[in-house]
Amino acid sequence: MPRGGSVPAHDATSDDLQRLDRFPFVVVSWVDDDGYPISVATDFRTDAAAGVVALRQPAGETLVLPTDREVNVCGSHIRPKPGEGYDERRYLQLWGSAGPADAGGEVTFRPTRAWGWDEQEVPFFEYSERSVPQSRHYLAQLSAEKGRTIRPRLAAGWLILRTTRLPFLSATFVPVLLGIAIAARHGAFDWGLALLTVIGAAFAHLGINVANDIFDTLSGADEANVNPTQFSGGSRVLIYDLLTLRQLVALDTALFGAAILIGLALVWLTGSMLLLAIGAAGVLIGLAYTAPPLKLVYRGLGEIAVALGFGPVMLLGAYVVQTGRLSWEAAVASVPVAILIALVLYVNEIPDRSGDAAVGKRTLPVRMPADAVTSLYLVAAMTAFAVIVVGAIGGLLPPFTLLALAAVPLAFRVHRGIQANYSSPYALMGFMGTNVSLHLLTGVGLLLGYAVAIVVAQVF
Amino acid sequence: MAWLPAPVERLLEVALVGELTVIGRNGRPVTHPLIPLYDGKQIYLHSSTLFSKKLEHMKRDPHVSLSLTDPVAMKGVPGRATIQGTARIIEDDPHSDWERLILDLWRRKEPVIDTFLKARVALPLFFERAVIEITPERCLLWEDGDTGRPPLRYTAPREQAA
Repeated sequence: MPRGGSVPAHDATSDDLQRLDRFPFVVVSWVDDDGYPISVATDFRTDAAAGVVALRQPAGETLVLPTDREVNVCGSHIRPKPGEGYDERRYLQLWGSAGPADAGGEVTFRPTRAWGWDEQEVPFFEYSERSVPQSRHYLAQLSAEKGRTIRPRLAAGWLILRTTRLPFLSATFVPVLLGIAIAARHGAFDWGLALLTVIGAAFAHLGINVANDIFDTLSGADEANVNPTQFSGGSRVLIYDLLTLRQLVALDTALFGAAILIGLALVWLTGSMLLLAIGAAGVLIGLAYTAPPLKLVYRGLGEIAVALGFGPVMLLGAYVVQTGRLSWEAAVASVPVAILIALVLYVNEIPDRSGDAAVGKRTLPVRMPADAVTSLYLVAAMTAFAVIVVGAIGGLLPPFTLLALAAVPLAFRVHRGIQANYSSPYALMGFMGTNVSLHLLTGVGLLLGYAVAIVVAQVF
Repeated sequence: MAWLPAPVERLLEVALVGELTVIGRNGRPVTHPLIPLYDGKQIYLHSSTLFSKKLEHMKRDPHVSLSLTDPVAMKGVPGRATIQGTARIIEDDPHSDWERLILDLWRRKEPVIDTFLKARVALPLFFERAVIEITPERCLLWEDGDTGRPPLRYTAPREQAA
């Protein structure tokens, strides 16, 4: 990626002159005889066909546009927003040579190079992301100048939040709490084991997040993605140089170490070899998602891996901790949770698809056209809710779990959002959030259903 | 001590954007729209390390000019000005120097910056910033903003320009 911004300087074209026409005036600059830049606003008109700009010669003998050195012509625009600041930033600068003023006081400027930015074409976040290599270069130079390492920083709390992607823990809490709730309905509940299960699963999830970050950064997938959002594109702590690879590996080792220790403690406390098998499967799926040699996400198996890991594995694992056995009810309950968490990944992959494709990640949005991706979302989401309905009607799930259907409108909202904003990562971001809420609220609905079922069973 | 004429100081106080021209590689002028800040003595601009080529240019050649030209960005205050001077880059700690030096001035012009600052976790590199301190040396003023008329000229007192 080139350093220095979203739009590299290029040979000036008639398009640039047409863009210049959008500005009401220009600022003309050159370097004066004393070695200072001098700049002055003036009126102008363009002749795109001739490839020239006619500039009104500013008054004053020291402001005569020079004909023996390079001249810069810059258009700049903002829209002030009272009490806030401004937006609609755009600017364009052209470099070239000026001729002598004619009898009418006009100077002909012939541009040769151009550079600019329009935030309506390249959103600010993308512009910033494309400029990350410049920041790294600058700070490296600054460190060399100062004789000490100068790196970007974040407060510890923010850094942990960003590095581990802590808010995504809802993906773990939903299946684990649901597994515990189903076990409780079946008469098995131990507070201590439940707490250890939640904590252990959370450590495993955070460890998987960090591991994926490490492998996505090393593979170049995250760097190739210039449209990261708060839901996609990884934590970027390595790309931004907020942490070193060694620090991130140490953190990941600690997280996985804690998860494995708690998992082994649970196996020891419950004596369940079934739990050991489920836990081992979970860790393997989590690592194999991006880590070689399996790299499931590169083979088009990422969505299935996430569905399995954050569906049946988490939910059945939590259930087995409490009961020591498997259950069809828990397996059925895990299906909508699995589908909806896979859909969280699926929608988050939409803005990542260019970067993913560039490094060989064969996610569904990489492999399918936009229409198919959009349609499959709705089909999968409706399938998740159909499983709940069929499960409740068929007696495998308590009827109160139909409460989860309250989340259905969110699925339609996300579907519409994907349709309207498929190629607008930042406009899509709000719908990614709604999609996370869809998974969470459906999970809460199922949990409430089980809570009501337990209370009703005890009362009646 | 401040020597800039009052109309220029007023423009500096209200301007939401000005055009900083620096000398790039090969002596080429390069212009960057930036928000100018003024504390009554010095002019301050600032730049994220993301967009730091201008800082590299000023380290090579600190001569700069700052134009205040856009009537929209000047909120109706009449006039245009160009200030020539020498830039000093303050970057001992890009993480926090700017907060101490210019955050109060910045939020007066762009209050929304506090909202962005609360979301620093989302834009960590945007808030790694260098401060550009400009010592004004010469100034041109177009009181009515019409650059078709010769500007008024001002020069810093000799001891300040040295």
